[in-house]
Amino acid sequence: MELSGAQILLESLRKEGVDVVFGFPGGAVIDIYDHLPDYPIKHVLVRHEQGAIHAADGYARASGKVGVCLVTSGPGATNTVTGIATAYMDSIPVVIFTGQVPTPLIGNDAFQEVDIVGITRSCTKHNYLVKDVASLAYTIKEAFYLASSGRPGPVLVDIPKDVQQAVTEYRYPKTIKMRSYNPTFEPNIKQVRKVADLIAKAKKPVIYAGGGVISANAHEELTWLARTFKIPVTATLMALGCFPGDDPLWLGMLGMHGTFAANHAINNADLILAIGSRFDDRVTGKVSEFAKKATIVHIDIDPTSIQKNVLVHVPVVADCRAFLLALNRELAPRLEEGAAAPSHDKWLAQVAGWAAEHPLTYSREGAVIKPQAVVETIYRLTKGKAIITTEVGQNQMWAAQFYRYHKPRTFISSGGLGTMGYGFPAAIGAQMAFPDKLVIDVAGDGSIQMCIQELATAVCYELPVKIVILNNGYLGMVRQWQELFYAKNYCATCMDAAPDFVRLAEAYGAVGYRVTDPAEVEKTLKEAFALPRPVIVDVIVDREENVYPMVPAGKSITEMLLV
Amino acid sequence: MRHIISILVENEPGVLSRVAGLFSGRGFNIETLNVAPTLTPGLSIMTITTHGDEQIIEQIIKQLRKLVTTLKVVDLTDSSSVEREMMLLRVDAEGIKRAEILRIVDIFRCKVVDVSPDELILEVTGEQGKLTALINLLQRYGIKEVARTGAVAMRRGMQG
Repeated sequence: MELSGAQILLESLRKEGVDVVFGFPGGAVIDIYDHLPDYPIKHVLVRHEQGAIHAADGYARASGKVGVCLVTSGPGATNTVTGIATAYMDSIPVVIFTGQVPTPLIGNDAFQEVDIVGITRSCTKHNYLVKDVASLAYTIKEAFYLASSGRPGPVLVDIPKDVQQAVTEYRYPKTIKMRSYNPTFEPNIKQVRKVADLIAKAKKPVIYAGGGVISANAHEELTWLARTFKIPVTATLMALGCFPGDDPLWLGMLGMHGTFAANHAINNADLILAIGSRFDDRVTGKVSEFAKKATIVHIDIDPTSIQKNVLVHVPVVADCRAFLLALNRELAPRLEEGAAAPSHDKWLAQVAGWAAEHPLTYSREGAVIKPQAVVETIYRLTKGKAIITTEVGQNQMWAAQFYRYHKPRTFISSGGLGTMGYGFPAAIGAQMAFPDKLVIDVAGDGSIQMCIQELATAVCYELPVKIVILNNGYLGMVRQWQELFYAKNYCATCMDAAPDFVRLAEAYGAVGYRVTDPAEVEKTLKEAFALPRPVIVDVIVDREENVYPMVPAGKSITEMLLV
Repeated sequence: MRHIISILVENEPGVLSRVAGLFSGRGFNIETLNVAPTLTPGLSIMTITTHGDEQIIEQIIKQLRKLVTTLKVVDLTDSSSVEREMMLLRVDAEGIKRAEILRIVDIFRCKVVDVSPDELILEVTGEQGKLTALINLLQRYGIKEVARTGAVAMRRGMQG
């Protein structure tokens, strides 16, 4: 069958099972858009390319499938860079198709030409400039394979306009084999036995789970391991939902804004099982003080994550789920013999003591709305069944602390890059993946303005995404740092001249609510969540509320500022 | 410590930039870099000399392996490898200096590849130490220009 490059792209997307593409047209991709209506692929026209890439990313995080984004050359391509870096830092499988000027013009500073392959080389897992239509189908296959295998990540495919127009015989490869890319999947069984032996001896074990548990879909195996051997679980921001948030073994998040119990458990443990996590600086605090008493086991599919920030004792390169399956297989017979692990009762009591000593809390006094209370109310109303996305800053931390996540892929947030403006387009992506689920973006008044234009997208496609703005009139997290570490020099953090978010919502054709009275929060949220339309709930909260606990930069994670 | 790292890569556009970008982006340093095709069509060997402690070298090697275009990464630093670099030197060789220079050329087993009335171009191969020694010796005659290939290296065969 002879097809043009544009048709090859679309046909290949169909073969990859892509049902939705987030995009924005332009001169260099008109050929693709020309054929788009012929294919069973939904297209979501965003209002800014950053929205497209974040939406594709949110779609990927919510569904576990590869997210797809299609934009034009030049500015279309560069507008996706923040989103590509966001997906790269959090290992999210996304494939980005960019149009490019015709091959004879490349390098000539043509209109809307940019070297996007050069620009994104350091923030993609891999990228391609397709110069010959004959290699297009294979390249697309490779791109999807790379994005979704090993440690997932964004892959960019740059397609010049003449390649989209050129015609060739179409054959889509069924499988792919790359001599230069063979990620390790199965763990070394000797290492697995070593870990099992360590668990059998440990008196104070802790599981420190990371995003790898989510991307490998290893939550069930992790939950079995923790519950069977009574091992307390903490997780990074990226892994919230990998373990039920109402389980007695759940410690809460660890790190800079982690719980007192989680951080103390880490620094007092004798065994840490780091599964799919990467010892990020926001987790470890002062590295030399981190988990000094523990034997550290580190499982990661990416060898570069191991021994990068923290020297570990037992490294295992493997897919998290493959590792946990092997470990649980190794432990199960020992369990029957009663020789799997000693009792951790004393340890669990100690951990419970820390949790009771300093639970996550806040001052409930005063006539103003507390942002934490808003998040708690969202949890209560949704029974933890919503998909929560966040922007970045205080809103993100409160959403992580005061909502309990029970299922993986229900908390969607830019962890590594910390991209303000991520949450709302990501919510659009998540809503596209799950049209019947309640999707809520917990936002701040600062970050929501970074991709607010996507309200038009939500209205246009009738996506009933809810935005709850914790409006304190500040860039709150930076203000908090200024208060605590910069002598209250609130330079450039007060968001003067904010828009009226209610009227803004209405101007876009969405629904807006404003809440100022603590007594009205629950009623208003309930009403908003019941509406089958996009809604902004502008909640005016305590202006100078801080996120606690907090570990100041450079301190050990047990040196916490508490409420 | 100085390490020589040999990288087998797919010979495709952008691969040099991927490797170089990895070094600059992660704050590793490149002392020398050499790239040339292998006997297998489509594959090239890059040889990079770099400095770093054990943990940094481990990261460099792992990061290089992670690049999708990389097939194989080997650290050829230990004694079971052969290392060579070639250097061209333009040296001032007027009058009586010439005879002295030619004697050094002999001792170092250099080749004279170009002769003119007032200067010579010398070709020399060897390990880094040898090249440095030659430069030190010839400096007093006046070295006008130096061009070096950077190190290449190879694992030795069976050791007796």
